[in-house]
Amino acid sequence: MTDLTRLPAAELAAKIHAREVTAVEVTQAHLDRIAEVDGLVHAFLHVDAEGALATARAVDADLAEGREPASALAGVPLALKDVLTTKDMPTTCGSRTLENWVPPYDATVTRRLRRAGVVILGKTNMDEFAMGSSTENSAFGPTRNPWDPERIPGGSGGGSSASLAAFEAPLAIGTDTGGSIRQPGAVTGTVGVKPTYGGVSRYGLVAFSSSLDQAGPCARTVLDAALLHEVIAGHDPLDSTSIDAPVPPVVAAAREGASGDLSGVRVGYVREFAGEHYQRGVLGSFERALGQLREQGAEVVEVSCPNFAYALPAYYLIAPSECSSNLARFDAMRYGLRVADDGEHSAEEVMSASREAGFGPEVKRRIMLGTYALSSGYYDAYYGSAQKVRTLISRDFAAAFERVDVLVSPTTPTTAFRIGERVDDPLAMYYADLCTIPANLAGNAAMSVPSGLSDDDGLPVGLQIMAPALADERLYRVGAAYETVRGPLLDRVPELKGVSV
Amino acid sequence: MPNISRDEVAHLAKLARLAVTEEELDVFAGQLDQILDAVAAVGEVAKDDIPPTSHAVPLTNVFRADEVRPGLTQQQALAGAPAAEEGRFRVPRILGEEQ
Repeated sequence: MTDLTRLPAAELAAKIHAREVTAVEVTQAHLDRIAEVDGLVHAFLHVDAEGALATARAVDADLAEGREPASALAGVPLALKDVLTTKDMPTTCGSRTLENWVPPYDATVTRRLRRAGVVILGKTNMDEFAMGSSTENSAFGPTRNPWDPERIPGGSGGGSSASLAAFEAPLAIGTDTGGSIRQPGAVTGTVGVKPTYGGVSRYGLVAFSSSLDQAGPCARTVLDAALLHEVIAGHDPLDSTSIDAPVPPVVAAAREGASGDLSGVRVGYVREFAGEHYQRGVLGSFERALGQLREQGAEVVEVSCPNFAYALPAYYLIAPSECSSNLARFDAMRYGLRVADDGEHSAEEVMSASREAGFGPEVKRRIMLGTYALSSGYYDAYYGSAQKVRTLISRDFAAAFERVDVLVSPTTPTTAFRIGERVDDPLAMYYADLCTIPANLAGNAAMSVPSGLSDDDGLPVGLQIMAPALADERLYRVGAAYETVRGPLLDRVPELKGVSV
Repeated sequence: MPNISRDEVAHLAKLARLAVTEEELDVFAGQLDQILDAVAAVGEVAKDDIPPTSHAVPLTNVFRADEVRPGLTQQQALAGAPAAEEGRFRVPRILGEEQ
């Protein structure tokens, strides 16, 4: 019998909808796989076997009665990043502050997944409040990269990407503030998409940096990501920054791209994304990707985006500033961790002690950095200047997209680094987001698609594709075409079976 | 001279309601100084004539119909409370001894 955990979501859905297999069988196969390997991988913070099987049974019952499936993905299992609220499962954001917190409402993304009959297996591990690039900042321990358990699976959404590469789920949801979908995708050999800002509702997405946060699809193929994109995207009156426009035709674009033909597509590679911070094997993989895109008919040209060099510093002012404000809600009064409530201490002292006990070092660093950048006297030099850089980056994108349809770059400067290697050096950690941040600052759509293994360490490399805002379908056209010719990668993940916990 | 002193970091922690330890202050002061060094680069290109961008997608005055919708019940609202009493959030005293 086919191993159901190895199939793409599109094929699983086809089999379920044709009643060749049941959604319950598919769900059980993934729950079994989680039981087998997650002791090692630690992609999940919470697994809801009962809830998942109940959803699967409902899908099977609908199909048995001859009803149309609720969506193209009805019955397919998914791993949900633990930053999206779920009223029947804890939502911890990887933080001690929210340990065991069960939200009183579902995020819009969660609600749309349920409505579509998608089977939510559980909640995935992440850097605390999505701050980090390695998932080592989770209060509940790191997630391991299925390609090499001694290495990080990327972050902040390392649990989601690792669950895909470990065949624990065929689909996952991530959130991307500075690269937290794309960088984990790159280092685990999976596909991750940050939709245009406002394309997917932020209602129920626990806020880190509100002007940058965006939820998006994670999958093992570009078509699967497109199918998931269509389920979660679209206008939501509950999010005032949600775009009131039709969802870009991402599934049609992925199917069109599958022909492999890129004739007439203009691709620009960003000159500034190379140099001292880049691993040789990553640049080699990127060069091969450019060659392949040319062979597929694309016109590939060099593009200069001089202000992209300032994206990283601007991001590490804007994101901490917004985070210092957003995380003020964790005041130990209405929900979340409270310590030192002994009748002796005042509310303010309880608040300070609770935040000290509930937050990890990276969250504290960013709250203090943001508090500093926003304080009078420093505002113009730091936060104000960072907002001007944001304008310059948008201008660079606008100029580039007059010449080309999409921009490409390596997704990350290096492959997956070793667990522990950068934990004591915050700046070194920040460099993991070097190439992904510009798209967040400008609100553009961007994708990471596997571009093979680095020839210096044998680890996965990602090709980043960037498109203008609201032109998400271009990512899928180019990504699917590139993927078709490049061929599969995940069949080369080392076997995790038999690993002792 | 550093961008930020240990005393300034202690003040920031107080403003941010973080009861950090002395050991943390030693570590954070050095790290924040190093990070500020790196992010100060934004000043190189942020000229006076460049308008700031606060949001990638410019949207203003987003309205919805003013309709009554169900909200959380008292029980739901209190479900995650660290302490509740008589259907309300119970909080530590908010005034100091001297007040």
